[in-house]
Amino acid sequence: MLSIGLAHYLWVAAILFAIGIFGIFLNRKNIIVILMSIELMLLAVNINLVAFSMHLNNLIGQIFAMFVLTVAAAEAAIGLAILVVYFRIRGTIAVEDINTMRG
Amino acid sequence: MIVPALAFYVFAAIAIVSGAMVVSARNPVHSVLFLILAFFNAAGLFVLMGAEFLAMILVVVYVGAVAVMFMFVVMMLDINFAELRQGFLRYLPIGGVIGLILLVELLIILGGWQLSPIASSTATVAITPPVSEVNNTQALGQLLYTHYIYLFQAAGVILLIAMIGAIVLTHRRRPGVRRQNIGRQIARRPADSIEIRKIPTGKGL
Repeated sequence: MLSIGLAHYLWVAAILFAIGIFGIFLNRKNIIVILMSIELMLLAVNINLVAFSMHLNNLIGQIFAMFVLTVAAAEAAIGLAILVVYFRIRGTIAVEDINTMRG
Repeated sequence: MIVPALAFYVFAAIAIVSGAMVVSARNPVHSVLFLILAFFNAAGLFVLMGAEFLAMILVVVYVGAVAVMFMFVVMMLDINFAELRQGFLRYLPIGGVIGLILLVELLIILGGWQLSPIASSTATVAITPPVSEVNNTQALGQLLYTHYIYLFQAAGVILLIAMIGAIVLTHRRRPGVRRQNIGRQIARRPADSIEIRKIPTGKGL
């Protein structure tokens, strides 16, 4: 209980990841919250990577977590840009209306 | 012994609770604020794990850039959030079931899982040097700028592409705006712009 090991961090990451998945289903209409849920899931993945990096005494995990962070930042920027453009055209961000783009 | 354990439980509990609030908050502004809280506590967990540099990067990049960007978008767009929440209760059971199944699966794996004995011996280049010799930031830098330099540059290129893409997507070229065109102003000559005509008296042009 009092000695914190790898398993504790993996538990936290698993719970955060499940919350992220849950959030995507819960907020089906609100794409901003969907993007935030994706950020939560990436955070959980980063916790996993850093926990293994600590446990195995291997720095590659932290370096990979840094790359995950980079990609997450790029993804958030592009996603929000697409969202702003979509809002400018349609006046709403309801995800369900996006299927009108189908040919 | 007891202080790191207590710190872990505090950070983990706040991170999980604020993560749950992110997905369930009624107001997206509150969602973003809880996201920031979750990131801060995850940074605390990183510090506990000995990854100080990543903890600081998490605070700077996520809280300083990504969360502020979310905040901008949430507050800038005039969105009827009540309308967006209509299917909330309808999606609650299916989302809950799927989230729960995933969580149970992950925890089952965590329960019956063992580290392979060769896992820790496969590290060749990236063995963490002892903290007494090299601190975390320095060790990461020594690895990142030598063995992973190409990947590091690729990450930079990804960020550049994302930046250009975001600018191109959101840049709006509005028609009908009069702008100063210095080149055209300077290239203008009297012969092009002034016309002299002889007007006969009493007739007009």
